[in-house]
Formats: sequence, C-alpha cells, structure tokens
Amino acid sequence: METNLLSIIIFAPLAGAVINWFLGRRLRNERFIGTVACGSVAVSTIVAFYLAFNSHGALRTEEPLFDHIWTWLSVGNFHADFALAMDRLSGTYALFITFVGFLIHVFAVGYMHGEDGFYRFFAFLNLFMFSMLTLVLGDNFVLMFVGWEGVGLCSYLLIGYYVDQKQAGDAAKKAFITNRIGDWGFVLGIMLTYFVTGSVSFFANPAVGEGAKTALSFFKTAGVEPFTAGAIVAGGATSIAVLLFIGAAGKSAQIPLYVWLPDAMAGPTPVSALIHAATMVTAGVYMIVRCSEIFVHAPTAMFIVAVIGAATALFAATIGLAQNDIKKVLAYSTISQLGYMFLACGVGAFIAAIFHVITHAFFKALLFLGSGSVIHGMHHEQDMRRMGGLKKYMPITFLTMCTGWLAISGIPIFAGFFSKDEILWKTWSAAGLGSFSKVLWGIGALTALLTAIYMTRMMVMTFWGTERFRETHSGHSQHEEKEQSHRPVEPHESPWLMTLPLIVLAVLSTIGGFIGVPYALANRDINVIEHTLEPVVAQMPGPVGTDHADEHTAISSGHAEISNEHAEVGEERLLAAVSVAIALIGLGIGWVVFKRRPLLEMPRILENKYYVDEIYDATLIHPIESVSRQGLWKIVDVGVIDGALHAIGDGVTELGRLARYLQAGFVRGYAAIILTGALILIGLFAWFGFPR
Amino acid sequence: MEPQLSWYLALSGVLFTIGVTGVIIKRNIIAMFMCIELMLNAVNLTFVAFASFFQDVTGQLFVFIVMTVAAAEAAVGLGIIIAIFRNRETLDVDDASILKL
Repeated sequence: METNLLSIIIFAPLAGAVINWFLGRRLRNERFIGTVACGSVAVSTIVAFYLAFNSHGALRTEEPLFDHIWTWLSVGNFHADFALAMDRLSGTYALFITFVGFLIHVFAVGYMHGEDGFYRFFAFLNLFMFSMLTLVLGDNFVLMFVGWEGVGLCSYLLIGYYVDQKQAGDAAKKAFITNRIGDWGFVLGIMLTYFVTGSVSFFANPAVGEGAKTALSFFKTAGVEPFTAGAIVAGGATSIAVLLFIGAAGKSAQIPLYVWLPDAMAGPTPVSALIHAATMVTAGVYMIVRCSEIFVHAPTAMFIVAVIGAATALFAATIGLAQNDIKKVLAYSTISQLGYMFLACGVGAFIAAIFHVITHAFFKALLFLGSGSVIHGMHHEQDMRRMGGLKKYMPITFLTMCTGWLAISGIPIFAGFFSKDEILWKTWSAAGLGSFSKVLWGIGALTALLTAIYMTRMMVMTFWGTERFRETHSGHSQHEEKEQSHRPVEPHESPWLMTLPLIVLAVLSTIGGFIGVPYALANRDINVIEHTLEPVVAQMPGPVGTDHADEHTAISSGHAEISNEHAEVGEERLLAAVSVAIALIGLGIGWVVFKRRPLLEMPRILENKYYVDEIYDATLIHPIESVSRQGLWKIVDVGVIDGALHAIGDGVTELGRLARYLQAGFVRGYAAIILTGALILIGLFAWFGFPR
Repeated sequence: MEPQLSWYLALSGVLFTIGVTGVIIKRNIIAMFMCIELMLNAVNLTFVAFASFFQDVTGQLFVFIVMTVAAAEAAVGLGIIIAIFRNRETLDVDDASILKL
C-alpha cells in the first residue's frame, strides 16, 4: 500500500535539525530548542505507531507500506529510488528507534542543560534520527547505505561534540575511520549483489512497476552454497554475505573492528545511550536480518557470523570485567550483547536477534541514561572508584538502574532474560552445526555469567559501599587519569526531565520481554514477536536434497514430530533453568566478591583491554603512518607532486623573463616589429601565392 | 596621356613608405603622429584609385570610414600627447618608455 505518511517519520526529525541549526543557534533558548527537538521526534513516534498498528498497519498485514518519494537513480537496468518501505521488520525497528529516541531526547534536555553547544547537540541528534530512520525504512540497498553513512557522520559529530577536548576529537576520528573499513565491505557487497541479482531493491513495489525480481527474492530460488572456504571467493551468495558482514561488523563493533566503540564514550552520555547502545550499533543486525535470505543460502558466512559473534561476546565481557570508567563498562557490555545478536544471526535465529535488539535497546538505554544521571549528579565524575554509596543520594536512578541490571543479567520476568534465553536455546538447538552448536552455547553461557558478574560489580561500586566521592585524592589508581581533576563532590538526584525517561525505560525493561515469551515457558502460544516477524525473515533451509522427502515424512510421521516437540520443550525448559542458575551464580559471585572489596584489583591484561589498541598501533597504524610520512609525504608529495608543480612554475617564469625583452616600452621598436611582421606576411604571400 | 592606375598606386606606395620610415626613425611624437596620418592617407588614395578603376562606389565609402576613424584617433592621440607632455615636459617617445611616472 502506498502512503505518504511514511515520509513524515523521516522528515520530521530532519525539519527539527534544520530549525535548530538555523533558528536555535540564534535564539539560544533551551526551552525552544528542546521543544523542537523532542517535538519532531514525538511526531515521528506517533506516525510510526499509527502506521504500524492501524487497521492496515505494517505490523498487522503482510504487505509492506510504500512511499515512493522521488526517482533518484535510474540508469539502464539500475534503479535505486528515494523510496521508503515499512514491513514488519523495518516497522518493528522504526517503533523502538522513535520511542527510545524520544525518551533519550527528553533526557538529554535535562542532561545538556547549560551546555554551550545546546542547539548544535540537538540539531545533530535530530539529524541522527533522520539518518537512522532512513537506514531502516529505505527500500533498497543504496538508500540504506545513505542512512548508514548518515548515522556514521552523526556518530562522528556527536562523539566529537566536546570540541575543546583532543581526546574526544581523536575518538571521533577513530570511529569514523574504523567504520570506513566496514563500509568498504558493505559497498562491495552492494555492488556484488547488483552484479549477481541485477537489482538493489528489497521489495517489489507494485506502484512503481518494478519487476518482481528483487535483490532478495532472487535468492529464494537459488540453491544453498556449499559449506567450504572456497565459497567465500566464489562471487555468489557467500561472497555477498561475507562482504555485508564486514559492513555490519564495522557498524556494530564486532571483532576485529570493535575498537572504536569504547572510545566513542567520549561523547555526551545521551549520545552513548542513543547511538552507541540502542540504535545505530544495531544497524548491522538489522542489515543481516534484512538480508537473511542471502545469509541462509551461505552457510559459510553464517558460520563466520556465529563464530565472530560468540568470540566478540566473550572477549568484550572479559574486558568489561576490569574497567573502572562506568561508561566503559557499559560500552564493553554493549559490544558483548551485540556479539550475542550476531551469534543468534549466525545460527539462523534471526527473530531472536531482533528480539534481543529490542530488549537491549530498552535496558541498555536505561543503563546508559542511568549512568548519565549518575555522572550528572557527580558533576561529571565517571570513575567508579570515586563513587560508592550513591543509592542514598539518587534513589530514583538507583531503583531504575536496578531493573536494567537485573534485565541484562538475565533474571526471569525482566526483559533481558527472555531474549537472551531465546538466543542460547536457539544456539543449543541449531541444526547444521552439529556438536559445534554446543560449544557456541558454552561460550554464550560463560558470557552470561561474566555479564552478571561485571554488571553486579558496576552496581556495587556505584551504589553500595563506602562513600568515596569526598576523598580528594584517589590513592588506588595506578595510572592517574589525566584529564579529570579529582575534587570532592556532593552528589544529588537529577531533575524530573531525566528521571522520567529512566522510569519509563525501567518499566519497559521489566515488562518488555513479554512480547517474546516462548511456548516452552508459557505453555501457550503467545510469542508475539515471533509471529510478527516470521513472514519477513528467511527460514533456515533443511539439509540439502531432502526437501521433497520432508513433505512425506511430515505427513506420515506426525506422531513422531509431536513427541519430538515434547522432548524439545523439556530440553528448552531445562536450558532456561540453567541460564537462570547461571545468572544467579553470576550475581552471587559479583555480590560476594565486590561487596566486600569494591576496589579489588583486576588483572592488568583485562584492564588494559588485552593491549589490542597497542597491537593495532604497532602493526597497522604505525607502519601506515611511517609509510605516509616517509614515503608518501617526503618522496611522493614533496618530491614528485610539488617538484612537478615547481618545475612548471619555474619554466613559466623563465619564459616570461625571455619574453620581457620584447616589451621594452620603446614605441618605435614596436612599430619596427609590426613592420617586420607585415613584411614577412607579404613575403610569404608573394612567395607562395594567395590561397584560392 | 591619361593618368594610369599604376601611377596612383605608385604614389600611394611612396607615401606609405615615407610614413612607415617616419614612424620608425622619428623620435618626435608629433612627427610620428603625422607619419601615421600619412600612411592612412596613402591607403585612402589606393581606395579611391581602385574605386575609380572598377567604377565601384564601395571604395569611396571606405575612405569616409577611414577618415572618420582617423579624426577620432587624432583627437584621442593629441589628448594623450598633451597629457604626456604635461607630465614629462618632452616630446621624445624614447623618454616615455616606461608606463610608470
């Protein structure tokens, strides 16, 4: 169905950005700027909810909503229009992006109060909303890439928001450059998709009259590629999937491109919550689920995704264990949870991945905003060793963050439990991976344990124990933080503009998981999210060659299947019990260890993040820099390019010096030259005759 | 004996050569100016000679145009000469070899 309302979702925040950039910078009125910023996102939110849930809403019918805004690129057979499409997947994304985004905007009005660049911050934040929604709602790869780059730009601008801090500028550059590597893969993936399928569209929009063949439907009829390393370079579905995954790994901070996300915490905390936890970093997951049709035909790529996801989840969780900056803990936690999502994608549990994206958006936004509230209350102190005992001073922040803590640790009824459990169960029962799926499950379970431990450590260090913020000097840190001066502070609770979003998010983190309660736990078929997303997500194909046999067995052995299902339900319940036990053990370990010794020294290798930044410095950045400096700059630039320019310049000067003798200024000399010229011409004519 | 076309052309050539020579060897700016006028009139003479020879009025029309331009040129040229004389107190063109004062 065609509807023009879709464009309002993306253009309302753009209008807000433009107004704040041009008008807000003049007015410098926080009330005006805040109202415009939040209002524009509120408009998006309302329209998104209306379009998703009205009687022909995107989430209630199977046919996507289309909005063909203008014909953008049309060259030969290549069509990429500025057109939006809202199906069940992009609709789900649009809902939580607008809603969580709105809450974070409201929070930011309180958090950024009194900042010099208030208008700039909200203009960028609105621009981010525009880009993110374009990314999600774009109906083809190319428009998605526009949004993809847009969010990258806004991420860069907002990480570097504190323009007077060199560290923030460096972090912004690091994020941008690291993402370039991923985008390189993404662009190549798009090109290869077009090369293979002849289309870059996700949907066949009937109004535009494109052919029924789209980039995704092409693969529906294609065979599953073999599970070999050779398939990666064969130029088919596997190659496309691997290239797309490189893009996703850059944007969603997976090994080896995750290094930018911890540094991105140099930006203001609402930015970390919105961009670097809830929305932008899940764009990679969105892209993979959107292209699930390609991925399920590329088992090699799926395997890579699963392994990288699991590795990232565990790796980041161990680092998160030893960080002392409250935002760094959450940053590594985000990387770790993103790893979970990719693990889910890799084992074919795309719906579980999306489910975790949503619950993660709730509880991680909550935790980040809570940490923002703490930082605000502590007058921009981020070191947890300088906190402690804050629950007395910031009761609302404390209580709301507790729900986030329980949610991410996987305590039942809280949102994180259901999504995480779903991922672990789907990993355990993944077909086609054999016993390796148990290994992946083991990594996931270990990560869940570590998650519970480091989150408990963070909570204990922040809210319980002795009040360390009045000490003037921190004697426990080995390497003194350079920038922040440690002065004694008196913490206070944040204003209602900040606590209100916290409360809403806390409620969502508590009940948000009930949209995806599995059959095994509820004993009833109430898994809303699975039913919603099932039609838009590709199913893992069965073992090759048994497609026909399947139908027969399904009919003849109906009984066996039912008893099979019973066994599965029992297994799923057992696993759920195991993950609850893991979460409780994690909480227990964290509580016992860190309640007594909140400042316990962690292993140096973890605190220093396995020296990955140093390794990158030594192996990549330093060699590139010396080649650039010694080779490209001193030889190519100074020698060849500048040399050539100087040679041209000197030549012209020399020529001019000779030509100057002709212009002596003596009129009679000029007359003589004219005469000579005339005589030569006449002579030529006389000698050769007139041309006829 | 009727005057021939070649007589006129020869006279015109002589006048023109005198003009050219004058422009090159004379240093007095007024004299150079007069030599330029001489060259113009040599050309005029050629025009009218041919016009008469071919019984075509176009050549005479050209002469009018040349005379008009010459008059305009004389006005501008004399203006420049007076300006130069006021500034340099000399009429020697070789002293006016630089544009700067």
